[in-house]
Amino acid sequence: MISKWPSGGRRRDNTPDSHDFPTRPYDLVKEFAIALVVVFVLSVGLAAIFSSPDEKPITMSAWANTEPNDVVLTAVGELAGTTTSATYGPPYNSAVEGQKLGPLPLQKWGGVRLPVDSAGLVVEPLSNVSGDPTLTAALSSWNTATPDQRTTWATAYADAIGAPAADGEPATGAGGDPGGVAAGDYGPVPALSAAFLQLARTGGLEGALTSSGNFYGGDTTKSLLLLSDGAYLEDQARAKNLAGDQWGMMNEAGNAPGQPWMWLYTFWYQVPPFSNSDNADALVWGLMMVLTLLLMFVPFIPGLRSIPRWIPLHRLIWRDYYRNAKHS
Amino acid sequence: MTTHADETASEATTDTSNWTNWLRTKIVGLVPPGQALPDRQPVYVASWIYVFGVLTLASLVVVIGSGCVLAIGGSAWWHVSSLGHYVNSVHLWSVQLLFGFMVIHLWGKFFMAAWRGERALTWISGVVLFAVSIGTSFTGFLAQTNFDAQWIGGQAKDGLNSVGVGAWFNVLNPGQMLMWHIVLLPLVLVALTAMHVILVRRHGVVPPIDAALEG
Repeated sequence: MISKWPSGGRRRDNTPDSHDFPTRPYDLVKEFAIALVVVFVLSVGLAAIFSSPDEKPITMSAWANTEPNDVVLTAVGELAGTTTSATYGPPYNSAVEGQKLGPLPLQKWGGVRLPVDSAGLVVEPLSNVSGDPTLTAALSSWNTATPDQRTTWATAYADAIGAPAADGEPATGAGGDPGGVAAGDYGPVPALSAAFLQLARTGGLEGALTSSGNFYGGDTTKSLLLLSDGAYLEDQARAKNLAGDQWGMMNEAGNAPGQPWMWLYTFWYQVPPFSNSDNADALVWGLMMVLTLLLMFVPFIPGLRSIPRWIPLHRLIWRDYYRNAKHS
Repeated sequence: MTTHADETASEATTDTSNWTNWLRTKIVGLVPPGQALPDRQPVYVASWIYVFGVLTLASLVVVIGSGCVLAIGGSAWWHVSSLGHYVNSVHLWSVQLLFGFMVIHLWGKFFMAAWRGERALTWISGVVLFAVSIGTSFTGFLAQTNFDAQWIGGQAKDGLNSVGVGAWFNVLNPGQMLMWHIVLLPLVLVALTAMHVILVRRHGVVPPIDAALEG
């Protein structure tokens, strides 16, 4: 007799002990073995038919050769401190406090624990280049200048490059073409950005950013921040329908299924107030945490725990039991 | 006839100060006698919905197995080998099946109100398993070292940084993400799965809503 185990008999919610019911033969091991074979066959079959996507990563070299102006603009933005990563806040810098969840500055509380100097993304890789007197002089000029002077030079050069006409807005500066910039006082910034473009073209930029002086480079934080600061990565992603407003977080390149189980997380980004909030990420995370906790604690939440009674799908699941109970 | 050896053995099994006895008692007491692998189930266990729990478990075995094969070749093997790419495809599709079966299992249990009869912890462990599974698959996408990983990492960092955890769980660091994907999170998943299954065997399959025993 195994009833009364571990707390047998009728429970607080009037559910009888399952061990007190009549039983029927059931082969759990056979059921698992068949399930394993079914899943294995399905997996190898689906893999053979649909394969899996493996879009090659964007290289700095490809970026530089395909969109050289974007590389220069990004480099100048890093020097001027105007890129997304330069103005990000924690954990990379303290430029801003970052996002808040209501009154809670969670991003600020996280602290600057992965410090990234945006100008360093450009200057540090260039510092390893030798045999280029023009670059050496430009680096010397940059390193001896005051922070204000550096910002003035880089901002002036960024303004001079400007941007092409887009979304009904007229072109500014040289229309985004560094080659068409008017003469001005830009200090060493043009030389630095040109050398940066050249370094990226040679394929040496990834190593300079990821190894940080170590033989083994495994942390791509800096190179991914730099790549994300440019327009090229997002343009490529948008062309593949992967942008945030294209439900990108749950998709993968091509027609392969990505992470469809993240549909609800992705959904919130598509609708107000999240879609037009500066704190969208924190708000969506907060909401998903609340929803997850609600799902976890359904057994204790009046109303939610009664939904199975209001939508009686259990009558279908246990139809044989209910039918027999009715006739007995 | 009782021998000296029998008496000694009897003392040993009842000595509660013995750590081994304490642990054995706890392990043996996890499930009722005969219920760890029973060959009979209550009569109401007769529906296709019950299959999805075991299908989820079987999928987890295939996911871990295909992941182990990928681990033999290393993190970049699947980019340069057709066999590696195929094993990666098996890994991807077994994960898709895992989530499909798990979601059906979860909602099936929801509409069975399977938390009844002091089974709340079983339900909670299942929901946590679902959440941890999402995190585990997510780190897999980040550890792909391809374009998807670049883009997903760049997008996902904002969510994690916004709640202050991005420095400890750095989605732009594929080395860290790979370690979470193949060591830390699988350990949590397997431990939680064991706990979930033990809880199911401990309490038995939840009876139908409003079921009443005769007498």
